[in-house]
Amino acid sequence: MTATEHRPHTPPEIGGLGHSRKRVEDARFIEGRGNYVDDIELPGMLHMAIHRSPVAHARILSIDTSEAEAVEGVVAVVTGEFLAGYNLAWMPTLSGDTQAVLATDKVRFQGQEVAAVIATDRYVAEDAARMIHVDYEELEPIVNPQRSLEDDAPLIRDDKEDVESNLCYEWDSGDKDGTDAAFAGADKIVTLQTHYPRSHPSPLETCGVVADVNPATSQATIYMTSQAPHAHRTVFALVAGLPEQNIRIVSPDIGGGFGNKVPVYPGYVVATAASLVIGKPVKWMETRTENLISTGFARDYYMKGELAVSNEGKILGLRVDMLSDQGAFYADAQPTKFRAGLFHIVTGSYDYPVAHVATRGAYTNKAPGGVAYRCSFRVTEASYLIERLVQNAAYELGMDPAEFRLKNFIQPDQFPYHSPTGFVYDSGDYEAALRKAMGMVGYDQIQAEKEQARKEGKLVGIGIASFTEVVGAGHGEDYDILGLKMFDSAELRVHPTGKAILKLGVRSQGQGHETTFAQIVAEELGIPADDIKIVEGDTDNTPYGLGTYASRSTPVAGAATAVISRKLREKGKKIAAHLLEASEEDLTWDNGKFHVAGDPESAVTIQDVAFAAYTNPPPGLEPGLEGVHYYDPPNMTYPFGSYIVVVDVDPESGQWKVRRMVAVDDCGVKINPMIVEGQIHGGLAEGYAMSSMQYITFDESGNCIGSNFMDYLIPTAWETPRFELGETVTPSPHHPFGAKGVGESATVGSPAAYVNAVIDALQHLGVTNIDMPVSPDRVWAAMEKANSG
Amino acid sequence: MYPAKFDYLAPETLEEALSILHERGDEVKILAGGQSLIPMMKLRFASPPTLMDINRLPGLSRINRTNGTLEFDALVRHNDVVKSDAAKANHTVSRAAPWVADPIVRNLGTVAGSLAHHDPEGDWASVMLATGAELVLTSSDSQRTVKIDDFLVDMFTTNCLPNEMVTKVRVPAHSSRGGGDYQKLERKVGDYATVGVATSLELDEGGRVAKAGIALTSVFHHNLKVPEAEAALEGERPSDELFAEAANIASQVCDPASDVRGSAEYKRHVVDVFTRRGLAKSYETAKGGLT
Ligand SMILES: Cc1cc2nc3c(=O)[nH]c(=O)nc-3n(C[C@H](O)[C@H](O)[C@H](O)COP(=O)(O)OP(=O)(O)OC[C@H]3O[C@@H](n4cnc5c(N)ncnc54)[C@H](O)[C@@H]3O)c2cc1C
Repeated sequence: MTATEHRPHTPPEIGGLGHSRKRVEDARFIEGRGNYVDDIELPGMLHMAIHRSPVAHARILSIDTSEAEAVEGVVAVVTGEFLAGYNLAWMPTLSGDTQAVLATDKVRFQGQEVAAVIATDRYVAEDAARMIHVDYEELEPIVNPQRSLEDDAPLIRDDKEDVESNLCYEWDSGDKDGTDAAFAGADKIVTLQTHYPRSHPSPLETCGVVADVNPATSQATIYMTSQAPHAHRTVFALVAGLPEQNIRIVSPDIGGGFGNKVPVYPGYVVATAASLVIGKPVKWMETRTENLISTGFARDYYMKGELAVSNEGKILGLRVDMLSDQGAFYADAQPTKFRAGLFHIVTGSYDYPVAHVATRGAYTNKAPGGVAYRCSFRVTEASYLIERLVQNAAYELGMDPAEFRLKNFIQPDQFPYHSPTGFVYDSGDYEAALRKAMGMVGYDQIQAEKEQARKEGKLVGIGIASFTEVVGAGHGEDYDILGLKMFDSAELRVHPTGKAILKLGVRSQGQGHETTFAQIVAEELGIPADDIKIVEGDTDNTPYGLGTYASRSTPVAGAATAVISRKLREKGKKIAAHLLEASEEDLTWDNGKFHVAGDPESAVTIQDVAFAAYTNPPPGLEPGLEGVHYYDPPNMTYPFGSYIVVVDVDPESGQWKVRRMVAVDDCGVKINPMIVEGQIHGGLAEGYAMSSMQYITFDESGNCIGSNFMDYLIPTAWETPRFELGETVTPSPHHPFGAKGVGESATVGSPAAYVNAVIDALQHLGVTNIDMPVSPDRVWAAMEKANSG
Repeated sequence: MYPAKFDYLAPETLEEALSILHERGDEVKILAGGQSLIPMMKLRFASPPTLMDINRLPGLSRINRTNGTLEFDALVRHNDVVKSDAAKANHTVSRAAPWVADPIVRNLGTVAGSLAHHDPEGDWASVMLATGAELVLTSSDSQRTVKIDDFLVDMFTTNCLPNEMVTKVRVPAHSSRGGGDYQKLERKVGDYATVGVATSLELDEGGRVAKAGIALTSVFHHNLKVPEAEAALEGERPSDELFAEAANIASQVCDPASDVRGSAEYKRHVVDVFTRRGLAKSYETAKGGLT
């Protein structure tokens, strides 16, 4: 499919697709009337604080809890040994590895959970947690994956049987021999070695739980910061051995997730175990530092990419070798089949016959995670590598980077496009997006300005990224989490008065589901969006689903919503035929009304139909107007876009400033353009953060540097560049209303654009790479190195 | 945040505050803007048994300009300086103020608290060293005036005694032939300096440098005044070459540490570049007063 214009079909009173409807959830957030986990107070509730390891790698010789236990107000001190008695000292990760809940044998990263204090008051719990004394025998801390895989490196996971090295996984994709052959016949091979540094999703609300296990009823109600409440319920059932019907996970308002709230964390398990044993509710809320040092990090990929090209500027093949730093436990949230997530989408927006992607992951003495921080399972790393590589290839060929891209793009008539690593891209028009971005930025004009500036000793750079994403997992055949197929669901109930409630298996964390999902129903059923309530996040009260991450809510749950709405419309048609005393085939549907074709006066509204469904159903038809649909998508969706960044670099200090940031996105059909814009703005800001200032690093001892917001930098409105947005609309051919998902495009696509811009300013000096964050000192060092030959 | 337990006092008058310090100075920490003390308590780097909140003390928020001197009371916030017309009497001060922290922190943090805290990454101490400020220290039975160079001892250490409070900070105003600047490299707004350079120049009637001040932030174990570079400027006719020479001296004298903000080599280089730029900007202002 090619780019089309999309205009709303429904009037604003109905507010279907394409209306920039104001976010209905915002009133309660702005007025401070949201309800977050930390707002939950239950009678008799106790508080938990966690004692964490100060060192990165050490054997635990002894743990002395007596001083802490003696503090007034302390109810219990929980250790790994205690949990082991309930078979809870270890738990499964979402990648099928195991993770210590509370350390029993060794600590494997700084900040690891060692013991927990349960007390009547959080301050008491914090004070007592500091009175737990642990005797450690320190071991060599392994702070990078290269060292981890050396023969003489100490074994981090000596808890596992039959494990002889720190290799966590090895996985490859594509055609090795074919790729080698393409490289043998290439005119040029362009190589880029780069590190995508460790970052952290850092939601404003940290992770937390209120676990309330009622000893009389055996009901466990667990309020937690969860992006995937149903999957978490199943994990809890498996880990804790509780009957699943007795577990109710409530994910109330969530203050941002970005992937950080996909995993199950030790604190959740300990609080639940404590509540079970003590028989009182237990609350645990992380501090900012705890969130940064122990919960799901993202990225940390060391990548070598090679592009085989011809002198005419055609890409012939791609070879990638990647080593990832997984931390102490392999805890990526990703489909079982794909050990490095969807990193093999690394072939990008370009058409060439062969590629080979080799990946390895190594254990290190760092926090576990590898969550998809605002991206679909490692797509960000992939997009970054190919877009940096393509830019460098253009320089080596002496071609303009835009021209080189245009020459190699997959063409609109090639869709569905079978990529060399096995993806089937649904639709795209990459040239249209890039040309639009070039038009917006004034590409030729800026090029001329850049040349002129260079003559005056100034440094200006232009960076492009023409990314393709893959989002909206599954289909279930290929995509699962711990065996659970990645479908999603929607349950729609239209009440007698024509108002409706929609219940979903996904969970908004700020994306605006309460606004946008109502618009999907409005589009399909003609019920005004304001008459539709959205319910999410309570497993007792919503149909099963895999949750919100990897931009999958609109592609999967959104599709389920459209399908169930259409099913109810079909049923409504029967009722309308009954009311109009006409035959179904003669009826026409028009934005919430059925009428006999050619006779609009005869209309009955969806509200009339809803009332009749309960008061006057046709004989033989099941009463009511409700239904549930489970949607297993036939394929992923492939949003794309082209971003162009212009920067000015200070040749003396290495500081750089974004002069222009033009972002053309294509996410297929938009539900709510305003919310799409917001998602893109957020992602572009996060991309800017990663490219310019943000990373979590460690010293040689494994101490985390980046454990608070003075060290882990979050850009404010002050330094965030101004964004200029544009769009093309290429519907997904397999999604019920052509949407693709947009929550992550900008985080995925933009880092390479910023970095390419800085490299572009310096490439005439011989600079070919600066690893992120491209901070002024790194820019200066690269210039110095280039100057000294 | 979960600090260790502490007692809290909130005196209503300066006399009351000073008498509390007189009696219990060793265990009492003054709470001014709290923008350094509270983060340290949160991280439990500091666990003072008692906090004495001075924010209710009346009449301590003025910025006065008298007889060539700019005077800040103890509770003058960074943002008061940003907004103040009077503060423009010293160019180094007025140009530094918007670089201190971020807008929210500036609403609470105080100039005096910043000097009393003496974080070597703090901006104000360099400004005061470059401009030759002095502080008034008051206790219940005495008052003394101390030059900034003597006040700052080493990082997080000053010669403010446990029974004393900084009540005033005095900065000489620039003359019409004076100029000053603050250059700061930060990773984002609200970040402490990777490198900060405070500069101040006074020209004589003939346009030569009569008095120069240069002080550096974040590149030594305390804020560093650079008399060698100042001496190289004084008595000389300003020129790009002269500024480059002084900047070079400053970059030699400092001793930065390598960290996540950059290598020592890089920071030294930035001291060179920023001192040169700061002097040039200071001079640009100062020469406007030449007739
Ligand atoms: C996010 C953030 C970013 C920041 N960025 C910067 C920056 O870029 N540059 C910068 O310079 N600073 C920065 N700061 C620090 C800020 O400027 C503080 O305001 C300042 O360091 C301390 O002033 P205060 O009034 O807050 O003092 P407090 O925190 O209240 O006190 C600090 C210390 O000084 C003592 N004290 C306070 N007042 C007096 C007094 N009158 N007499 C004697 N002792 C006193 C206190 O007892 C305490 O020991 C930042 C702070 C934060 C939180």
